[in-house]
Amino acid sequence: MPETTDHIVSSFDKELRTIHEIIIRMGGMAENQLSEAVDALVQRDSAKAELVRKEDAKIDALEEELEAAVIQLIALRQPVANDLRAVIAAFKISSDLERIGDYAKNIAKRSIAINQMPPQKSVTSIMRMSRLVQEIVKDTLDAFSNSDKDRAIDVWHRDEEVDEMYTSLFRELLTYMMEDPRNIGACTHMLFIAKNIERMGDHATNIAETIYYLSTGERLEGKRPKGDRTAFQILTPDDGEGEVEI
Amino acid sequence: MSYAMDMQNYTTQSETATSEPKIMARDVNVFYGPSQALKSIQLDIGANEVTSLIGPSGCGKSTFLRCLNRMNDVIENCTVEGRISLDGVDLYNSGLDPVLLRARVGMVFQKPNPFPKSIFDNIAYGPRLHGTVSTKDELDERVEKSLRRAGLWDEVKDRLDKPGTGLSGGQQQRLCIARAIAINPEVILMDEPCSALDPIATAKIEELIDELRERFTIVIVTHSMQQAARVSQRTAFFHLGELVEVGETDRLFTSPQDDRTQGYITGRFG
Repeated sequence: MPETTDHIVSSFDKELRTIHEIIIRMGGMAENQLSEAVDALVQRDSAKAELVRKEDAKIDALEEELEAAVIQLIALRQPVANDLRAVIAAFKISSDLERIGDYAKNIAKRSIAINQMPPQKSVTSIMRMSRLVQEIVKDTLDAFSNSDKDRAIDVWHRDEEVDEMYTSLFRELLTYMMEDPRNIGACTHMLFIAKNIERMGDHATNIAETIYYLSTGERLEGKRPKGDRTAFQILTPDDGEGEVEI
Repeated sequence: MSYAMDMQNYTTQSETATSEPKIMARDVNVFYGPSQALKSIQLDIGANEVTSLIGPSGCGKSTFLRCLNRMNDVIENCTVEGRISLDGVDLYNSGLDPVLLRARVGMVFQKPNPFPKSIFDNIAYGPRLHGTVSTKDELDERVEKSLRRAGLWDEVKDRLDKPGTGLSGGQQQRLCIARAIAINPEVILMDEPCSALDPIATAKIEELIDELRERFTIVIVTHSMQQAARVSQRTAFFHLGELVEVGETDRLFTSPQDDRTQGYITGRFG
């Protein structure tokens, strides 16, 4: 814990530290899962993808472990103030990290399917997007380690970049599908993969908000930065251009 | 004092102001002989709400509580400076009779202290003393009403002539609360009212406090932070004779503004 002063009851500190460490471990694993899943896709390595699928169970197990620790601490210690915020924050962050792990697992599954099809041009864009999200996840975890609210705000703003990349990837994939209907199968998987990565960014944004609350006791005010406009996008073979914002 | 600090005090201060403070304390200093027990306390107590005073032993919270009905008058060497008003009337400098003041500001102590009299007489004592009832029927009614409000009536109605000291600890404390409300006070001060009680008796008192706040303004000193969190709408944290922080109880227990408050309520003091 970043707290410099310890509790009078030292076992309380130990329990809080345990919770903190579980989050750090989960975060490291989730970050790694994303990078391995995308590597499996880029390198067309189905064995690696299979490993990613299996590893996800470990993140799930850690989430359960954390839940149990949080419930026990609330029941036995009745934490207040920054202790309460730390425990609640860990609880929320763990479920965000668990979701990030699930998305990595899904990317791995899809890459196994894609590996049986011809190589895809859009892999490069996916790689770029995933690198950005990996950085964001890593910075989020650093912000958590240090209860650094400024870094959390920074991460929070960077999700817009991810959304923009996703929007452009969406258009790119639609173009490939229109060019040749034989691309549709692979491109649809790619689209889901892109969406998964974009959702990971959203979870990192959630985590950033939680870190802000953890360190200040207040909610991060203001509208969430949004760059994902795909929900409003129309692209037809005739014009290839139409974008409608509602 | 720098301008910034002035502003900070000003904001803390504005948070203490409730829309209609029942009691206002301004620049209150209390000394026991040469040693200062309270330092320049500014605190508003809102009407019809429960305000809890928390802090480590010797922080001055009980001293402050006792200032509110001039219980410190009886302590030799104790001097109170500053201004404390009840409904705008100064408690110390307006020639107010302390006995009449204590009829308006009742008190319940840590250890239940029923008089060595019957249950009935324990409650009837105040109304008789202050002459607030004129007939036997009125007195009976007052006793019943007070016991009902204190949630004790059903337990004692068949043995009103038995000694109050024969009741259980929790019942005795509710008897003391009934005795305090029998004279229709406006404010009730409670000094650790549950520290000698088991959890069930404590829960009953806490439930009672919540009901009583509809009619009375309540100030409670407690060593149990959970209790402060459960029963009060506002909490004031005292430390070394200073009022460190006061605010909405839920805010104070989730996001205290002052490091000392945080250290104390999370158990990090030292």
